[in-house]
Amino acid sequence: MNLKIKYFGMLTEVTQCQEESFLFSKSTVSDLLDLLFSKYPMLKEKDFQVAQKQILVSKDTIISDAEIALLPPFAGG
Amino acid sequence: MSRYSRHIILSEIGQKGQNKLIQAKVLVIGAGGLGCPILQYLAAAGVGTIGIVDFDIVEESNLQRQILFGMSTLGKNKALAAKERLEDLNPTISITAYPERLTVKNAVNLFNNYDIIIDGTDNFTTRYLINDASLITNKPLVYGAIYKFEGQVSVFNYENGPSYRCIFPTPPTAGSVPNCSEVGVLGVLPGIIGSMQANEVLKLILGLGNVLSGKLLCYNALTSETITLTVNKSELEINNVLNQKDTFQDNQEEFNCDISFNEISIEKALLRKNIQFIDVRETHEQPKVNIINHIQIPLSKLELQLDKIDTDKEKIIFCQSGIRSKKAVALLQKNNISNCYSLKEGAIAILEHYNQN
Repeated sequence: MNLKIKYFGMLTEVTQCQEESFLFSKSTVSDLLDLLFSKYPMLKEKDFQVAQKQILVSKDTIISDAEIALLPPFAGG
Repeated sequence: MSRYSRHIILSEIGQKGQNKLIQAKVLVIGAGGLGCPILQYLAAAGVGTIGIVDFDIVEESNLQRQILFGMSTLGKNKALAAKERLEDLNPTISITAYPERLTVKNAVNLFNNYDIIIDGTDNFTTRYLINDASLITNKPLVYGAIYKFEGQVSVFNYENGPSYRCIFPTPPTAGSVPNCSEVGVLGVLPGIIGSMQANEVLKLILGLGNVLSGKLLCYNALTSETITLTVNKSELEINNVLNQKDTFQDNQEEFNCDISFNEISIEKALLRKNIQFIDVRETHEQPKVNIINHIQIPLSKLELQLDKIDTDKEKIIFCQSGIRSKKAVALLQKNNISNCYSLKEGAIAILEHYNQN
């Protein structure tokens, strides 16, 4: 499946892009993270949550939709 | 009242809705970038009782976005300065300033006096403290947070909805996510996000529209894109907090970071003989602390300038308020530099000490 991945906040400083397409043939969010961590080793240091089809999901969720977002917490105010 | 006529002529609000606003009690924590627009709109709207918590003082670098302040309020406490400005804007409402830090000790009692809690703070320790205290006191929490050009808005703990911990169960590691004074922020962004928070507060009070409960709105000022993510409730995370209800006021450690035993007050620091003061604020930050000998290494450059640190001396690290200095102590410890202490309440404490003596 060709995933469309969106990055938010400081994650875009690691990926150097706000959005990219990613060919993905495995199953879960964890599998996707493994792929992303090997592409962007610095991403491992960051705290973030994953959304699929605009719903925040856990790491063991099966990826069934092309629309993925990686969301870090913000501190500022 | 002609003051509220534009509200009252809206059939969705009317005099009945305006009365709800007048009877409402809201507590705004943080009178900074987010807090200023939140306070301005809620006071203008006639929200009858407003509490403002902020221990910090107004600095020139705040004026780029913190719209309640000006040259005449530089150096004043933000809660007190905001109260003064808002009383001019709307003298018919009651405003209480709490020029102090929110802690596990005062949070629950304070929250019990209000209907809605609003988070406009700039650090995770306080954000988690606010979330947990809102859960414990069963108050809806209107959340907003910003980073450079992006913002997040949500309403937590509303009618048994999700809490902040349902999205981010635990705080990120100290120092891993910078705040506005470390990385900068587009001045209008907190204006947009704070106004969205004020809007959620008004909807909550008036019972209008759809409250952002179970949703996290993400806004990007550069692309003008808004994405609303769905948040599911985690009973486990919520019960973890509620189970600690009775011991909450004793739980200093979690909300003071794990290096609190390395904190020192200015009075105690000055009693020591062989010390080196290190200012880890960015070079533009005010007020300057020329009254004591110190070296300046911004936190962002600390690891690159370890050679400036005198290993034979005890190091007293300070920042503006005592939060970044804790990160600096953690960072120095990681680099095997011992005898480091974070100065409680930072540069403000130093200046207050010398003003009083």
